[in-house]
Amino acid sequence: MTVEDAFSPLAQRVPLATTVNGRPVTLAVPARLTLADLLRDELHLTGTHLGCEHGVCGACTVLVDGRSVRSCLLFAVQVEGRSVVTVEGLQDHPTTGRIKCAMARHHGLQCGFCTPGMLVTATELIDRHPPEKPLDEACVRETMSGNICRCTGYQGIVRAVLEAAADPATGTTHEG
Amino acid sequence: MKPAPFAYLRARSVAEALEMLGASAHRDADAHTKVLAGGQSLLTLMNLRLARPDQLVDIGGLMELSRTFEDTDSVVLGALVRHRTLETDPKLGKRLPLVAAAAGQIGHVAIRNRGTLGGSLSHADPAAELPLAMLVHEAVIHVESATSGRRTIRAEDFVESIFTTTMQADELLTWVTVPSARPGQGWGFVEFAPRIGDYAQAGAACLVTVAPDGSVAAIRAGLLAAADRPLVVSEPGDEVSGIPTHETWERLAAHWTRNLEPLTDDPDHTRHLCRAALSQALADAYRRARTDQEEAA
Repeated sequence: MTVEDAFSPLAQRVPLATTVNGRPVTLAVPARLTLADLLRDELHLTGTHLGCEHGVCGACTVLVDGRSVRSCLLFAVQVEGRSVVTVEGLQDHPTTGRIKCAMARHHGLQCGFCTPGMLVTATELIDRHPPEKPLDEACVRETMSGNICRCTGYQGIVRAVLEAAADPATGTTHEG
Repeated sequence: MKPAPFAYLRARSVAEALEMLGASAHRDADAHTKVLAGGQSLLTLMNLRLARPDQLVDIGGLMELSRTFEDTDSVVLGALVRHRTLETDPKLGKRLPLVAAAAGQIGHVAIRNRGTLGGSLSHADPAAELPLAMLVHEAVIHVESATSGRRTIRAEDFVESIFTTTMQADELLTWVTVPSARPGQGWGFVEFAPRIGDYAQAGAACLVTVAPDGSVAAIRAGLLAAADRPLVVSEPGDEVSGIPTHETWERLAAHWTRNLEPLTDDPDHTRHLCRAALSQALADAYRRARTDQEEAA
């Protein structure tokens, strides 16, 4: 490698130490690698889907420090020292479990491409909603509007989120 | 949908960020350096390769710029305060309800969780919500440079044109001082977009100050997406006499949008939307001011 190559932006690999689904991850990544591509291509967490890759569709939504973000609109180097949770990391999360069961009951998915992003967005919505104020349909629709589904037309998704929010007791044991 | 390669610099302090910006501006005037904050507009443009900066200075880790300070008559907001914080923080919402409403209209929750105040102002999109809110609030923007030090820019003087501010290449937006809502002041923010979270086609923000007898003491109103920058449209000479009615707001909105020349495919339609948004925002602001007065009485 020549000196010029070593300093070329293409060659620049940035050391990264972060946490993904509770596990520490240390590696060197190209600066331009998005978080979505880190998760899918380097860490093989392919539950995070890539639709539009410019922040419109919401399929790539993950949690960073407990907040939903578009992983296509974040460079991997920006999650240095942060905690990333993907849909795989929500496998045993009770809220996500309730949403998944409700989705099955209400036919909230068809091809399933948008589902991981929907689950992450809905999990944050329910977990962070003040308990004294029940979630209403308008709020669910507004929050879920950041996730595009091209199959089901949203009715089932909205019903599922409302049901999962309303009745924590239904739980993951209710198998429709 | 992958960004072009760039050199990446991570700043560990404001001083270091300023050094990085100063060094790159000094070394090569043609090299294009951008500041990376929340990245919610920048990464979109980079993924589409509409922006191809040579170098990014990442200030996302500068926690000092995520702080807010409450002064007697104003609130000082760090450049890295996120839209979601402006929208949902109850203390900020009480002092700056117009800003909270404006922030809540930006994109979607996942965008608002990342996007920052300084990023939105520096990006200077004419359709953006926060530049308009800062303009209506008569906010003061603080910028710093390693060589020329600190200076303040009034929100009115901050945007030069579409996506262009009056900041220099080596300057970093650090803080924004926003005069807080005063007693008797009501706020209005109305925006029209083709769907929730989409870019606004038109929008209006205003602060209406109402005297105890119900008459209007002062109005400051502005529009987004109506020109190459957010615009103040209220004219101090246009007083409202007596108790305003629905027609008062319709008349004022028509008057203040009469000379608009929006840069859109259908200027008449945009002008119509601006007028409707403004009329609604003025009525909302007056109603809120009166409700507050009645509750205080």
